[in-house]
Amino acid sequence: MKKTIGPAETKYFQLPGSLLLDNNDSLHEGTIAYETYGQLNKAADNAILICHALSGDAHAAGFHAGASKPGWWEIMIGPGKAIDTNRYFVVCSNILGSCMGTSGPSSLNPATGLAYGLKFPVITIADMVKAQKQLIDFLAIPRLLAVIGGSIGGMQSLEWTIRYPEMVFSAILLATTQRHSALAIAFNEVARQAIMADPNWQAGDYYQGTKPDMGLAVARMIGHITYLSDEAMRHKFGRRLQDKEDFSFNFDADFQVESYLRYQGKKFVERFDANSFLYITKAADYFDLAPRPRADGSLKSPFSRARARYLVASFTSDWLYPTRESRAMVKAMKKNSLDVSFCEIEAKWGHDAFLLESERLSNLMSGFLDRMGRESQDYAL
Amino acid sequence: MRFDLEIIASWIEPGTRVLDLGCGSGDLLYFLVQNKEVRGTGIDFEEANIARCIERGISVIQGDINEEVLDYADNTFDYVILSRTLQQVYEPEALLKELLRVGRHIVVSFPNFSHWLCRMQIFFQGRTPTTSQLPYKWYNTPNIRVITLRDFREFVQKTGFKIIKETGINTQNEDLHGRVIRLLPNLRATYGIFLIGH
Repeated sequence: MKKTIGPAETKYFQLPGSLLLDNNDSLHEGTIAYETYGQLNKAADNAILICHALSGDAHAAGFHAGASKPGWWEIMIGPGKAIDTNRYFVVCSNILGSCMGTSGPSSLNPATGLAYGLKFPVITIADMVKAQKQLIDFLAIPRLLAVIGGSIGGMQSLEWTIRYPEMVFSAILLATTQRHSALAIAFNEVARQAIMADPNWQAGDYYQGTKPDMGLAVARMIGHITYLSDEAMRHKFGRRLQDKEDFSFNFDADFQVESYLRYQGKKFVERFDANSFLYITKAADYFDLAPRPRADGSLKSPFSRARARYLVASFTSDWLYPTRESRAMVKAMKKNSLDVSFCEIEAKWGHDAFLLESERLSNLMSGFLDRMGRESQDYAL
Repeated sequence: MRFDLEIIASWIEPGTRVLDLGCGSGDLLYFLVQNKEVRGTGIDFEEANIARCIERGISVIQGDINEEVLDYADNTFDYVILSRTLQQVYEPEALLKELLRVGRHIVVSFPNFSHWLCRMQIFFQGRTPTTSQLPYKWYNTPNIRVITLRDFREFVQKTGFKIIKETGINTQNEDLHGRVIRLLPNLRATYGIFLIGH
């Protein structure tokens, strides 16, 4: 029987000084919410950073006081699990721009004493990583054994290996991409438009009044379409009707798929901030690690800086970040003589497969981390 | 480990960089990493094989060998291994050239189609040979190339590369055991193994 880490608690770290952002703005008095599991060893070489996706939080494993639901990656993180807390010191922090304890548009702006709203600077994936770096420094971790993330968490993990190559021994990238595709940007844009079209959005200044729940719910519904797959939808819903024998001939939810999306939308607005959705999806849209032209016109890949060993996994039914995008990333790594392993996992549940119980994925990750543990010993700082 | 892989392993210098094409579940690479401290990478098409390799701590990429080798810089590897795969390659000459671009040497092994059992089946029975090394019927075989040791020697000469080492082996028990054939290998060997360089 695999065990849980048990009680978990979110802690808060104040960013020292101000954080210089990619848009040349600065974030003042920023806060990072984080959790840790397991123990950092004496050599401080067993730390793993978990990067969460769009709507995640710092609570990746274990149970908060009084809660019946565990953290979002309980299936992967714990004693004897793929990310084994008996061996590794695991850190997970809430991303910049989010609303789960780390500074974001719903946080108080120290300059005004009111919620930032759209006064919060537009951030990038790199900005999220710069903030995480401050936390890792504060935790006195000189080098991470691994950075692990799926989807937008995978983008952060990739960014880590390029921005701080000397601090990352390896990275596990799940269901992610090195550059946001037109399709992914398009879905994000429609979701953002849904939020901004809600009259309650009020140009982002809604924290004193009614929140743009309908807009955010629709945005989440669009998201859920991209997280599933055609096959997953046929399996899960088909054309089955929800709690009725015949069509209602009105605009209630007749079909199960409609009811599912409405439920997901409704559930989401209870825990997530609409402005955070705008900021984080925009950061994902900006993400692009394609080769850049040098002064002499030749191309330079961001991966030429990287030194990490990589494990890349895609899922057959993921149409948001399909296998070909993982392959493009693997190709760039190979061209830069980086050690990379790649596996396309057969899965019918679409993009979200990385969050679901999978013996295959667990075994891949634990095998890869085992090797990283051994190789990092031969490769002292 | 299979006997042909034991022979191949014995040819690999310790501490080198090795690429194993069609690496299966990684038996050879695992052996080489454990015993010869090579830096190894495998390429295979099957998800189950890939998963097994990664679980065992082997670096491996899922994909088509013909496409995957194109991404590597010149001389990335000391050895590129193509074991029991050549007979399934659509364009052997192009692949051989590409492999000798990314690697300094290649090790190639393939089932010998001119083994006496094959010859007998064609001569006496008038049938396409099926042996334990070539178990398929003509209509379901993945082996689109019929190769003999002599054919392959001539082929390498034509490409301008050098055969550095050559061994014929005769294998039994699902190829787990075997011996090296020195006399008349083209007649008596079930597999040929070649080390090729510039």
